[in-house]
Amino acid sequence: MSETKTNPQGDPVTSMEPEQKTNPQGDPITSVAVPKADAKQDPHEAAKKQRVVTPEYMFFEAPRTKEFITGSESAKEAVRRSNVDLSIAYPITPQSETMQLIGVLYGEGYVKEYYRGEEEYGVMSAIAGGSRAGVRCFTATAGPGTLRGLEPIASWPGHRLPAVAMFTCRVVNAPLAIQPDNIEVSYLLNCGMIVFHAENQQDMFDFIMAGFMISEMNDVTLPIGVCCDGFFVTHARGYVRMPEKGIKLPPRQAWRGAVPVLDAENPPARLSRDAPVQKSNFMAYNIHAVWQQEVWAAVERSRKYIDRYMGGMCTAENMENADAVIIASGSAAAQSREAARLCKDKGIKVGLIKIRSLRPFPTQALRELCKDTKVIVIPEFNYVGWLAKEVATAIYGHSKAKIIAGPHVYGGQSMPVELILDEVESGLTGKKSTNVPLSAIMGGVDDPAAMAHFMRSI
Amino acid sequence: MGAKTSQEQERIIVPGPAGFHPPSAAQLGVMLPDPGEGLFYGLLEKNEEKVMEEVARKMLTSPNATIFPGPMVLWNWNDHAADKARAVLEIAAQLPEVLIIPMPDYRPKYPKIDPEEVINPNHPNLTIWGNKIEACIFIGVHCHYANLTLKMIRAGTNCCTTALCAEQGHEDAMLTVRDCDAAKLRRVAQVIKRVREQMGIKLPANGENVRFTGTQSKVHENKTHTNPLTFMPGGSAAGAAAFGHTTEQMKREA
Repeated sequence: MSETKTNPQGDPVTSMEPEQKTNPQGDPITSVAVPKADAKQDPHEAAKKQRVVTPEYMFFEAPRTKEFITGSESAKEAVRRSNVDLSIAYPITPQSETMQLIGVLYGEGYVKEYYRGEEEYGVMSAIAGGSRAGVRCFTATAGPGTLRGLEPIASWPGHRLPAVAMFTCRVVNAPLAIQPDNIEVSYLLNCGMIVFHAENQQDMFDFIMAGFMISEMNDVTLPIGVCCDGFFVTHARGYVRMPEKGIKLPPRQAWRGAVPVLDAENPPARLSRDAPVQKSNFMAYNIHAVWQQEVWAAVERSRKYIDRYMGGMCTAENMENADAVIIASGSAAAQSREAARLCKDKGIKVGLIKIRSLRPFPTQALRELCKDTKVIVIPEFNYVGWLAKEVATAIYGHSKAKIIAGPHVYGGQSMPVELILDEVESGLTGKKSTNVPLSAIMGGVDDPAAMAHFMRSI
Repeated sequence: MGAKTSQEQERIIVPGPAGFHPPSAAQLGVMLPDPGEGLFYGLLEKNEEKVMEEVARKMLTSPNATIFPGPMVLWNWNDHAADKARAVLEIAAQLPEVLIIPMPDYRPKYPKIDPEEVINPNHPNLTIWGNKIEACIFIGVHCHYANLTLKMIRAGTNCCTTALCAEQGHEDAMLTVRDCDAAKLRRVAQVIKRVREQMGIKLPANGENVRFTGTQSKVHENKTHTNPLTFMPGGSAAGAAAFGHTTEQMKREA
């Protein structure tokens, strides 16, 4: 009797497929090999032919064609057109294939330098070094990787380091999951970095490219985090309208930055070694205090560039004569749009405000948009309701709307649009909600005690 | 929140001391000017020439008015930097009794700063206090460090600050002119000249209108004044060292 082949678990191998190649650790090799090219053909030929265009042409004037691609692929296409110098990867599992695809770009010559870091702390520290040296940097991570890299990430703004990092949100606390839960956004909001939240693949493409330009403005000089809800955006496909591959954004002009770049070869090299605050006396504390003020002032200054390149920090749909307004960011905005459509079918007029920029936050716009609103529903893909807190804080004293901090789904759940619909109806009719506790509903009255209870409870 | 014109609103950013740790100008709603505009005590001024005129009045009338040149005009990076340095000296040449105290780098000066030698963004108020400076101009300082410096000066001193910025300007300066290349700096010098003449303020006949600090005087054989135009880049005494930042000290700090 011939010997039956078995896998490492002892199960007989019955597949007729050719034997799977594995790496030295035994993991199957699934990556796509670099296509065989004519030996005479330069693999970087197309990249070398890219021509630099103005951001205005790239964002607003260049003809676009539509492709049906994943969020990771849209990030890749954004980086292809963004004149990126350095990208560093650590492939946390399960993240997305984004950084793997950036590696393909490196092979094609669209990214000048690319390597795998030891882990996320090392990656984020190396991104800091690259940005300080004056080159355009990109990386991506997710969930636990975000938190592992958070210490260097949180130091980027203070060092005034322009860069774009993509955060493909997923659960960060145990038990782990691969589906979206954007709790990690709440950890990023108070670092001093600019934070965008992409709803879909198109946003991912647009926000990354605009991010580079905004990040590198002299009066901004800050890192930008482009967040999305993992899986829904990174793994799923959507239509993305993109300009041709043959154009790219202008290179970073590091010499125009708000801080001198690390340049050991050009005098005065001593500038690049300017120590940060080290001494414990009053002056040191004072400089540290104004340093933090300056970081947040730079966040404020980014507003006009977000308006210029992204068309605003939020968008508003169907707000005229709306009975209720849904405020959402990320994937929740997509679900909310569908919920608003269902409401319309039922004869309820519902407006939708989609928040694109969480830092800076569109405080003034929300105050204006919500001044006459009766009910606000804020669906979120996390337990804590960080967006509801942001909204409540922004419009407190400027709107008498009842704010419903929910519905919330988390741990990787999807959000049925009917949940949002129920909250709109509950908010308008007073019917008891089945999904949002009373403690997460702030009544439409000026009651500081109720407000305090709300802020504590959601 | 849009910035209002100087005719519509009270001044926001004025000489301090503003307090132990006052809110930044950005927190107070001050926004940076667009090209061609300036900031006039935190208010948007559509005509930057008016800001230049106020800079002239303050620098001509305030005690111990001082120019603080930063690394981008102190170090001979390139021809453009040298040209801007010449323009800075042309501004200095229009201001009787003006002081020039450099900010050659951004590192804290320990164990002790000599306020007559340098200003430093980690403790700029020491130089302001030490020399009793009530009006100053920053030129050639990287924007991040200029912003730190301007915030601390507004918090703790009564100095009226001006930023002649190569980029977009500074909210925390009382007076800001943006996009200052060499040509615009020379325009500032001409505005100062015009205002000075209108005010009937004369320059010394020997051209030595820049007053040395005590430290600078020591390295210049106890002279009290000098002609700034003799320090034009290309001359033998050019650079930060000419204003008291000695070669020995630069070696020690390297």
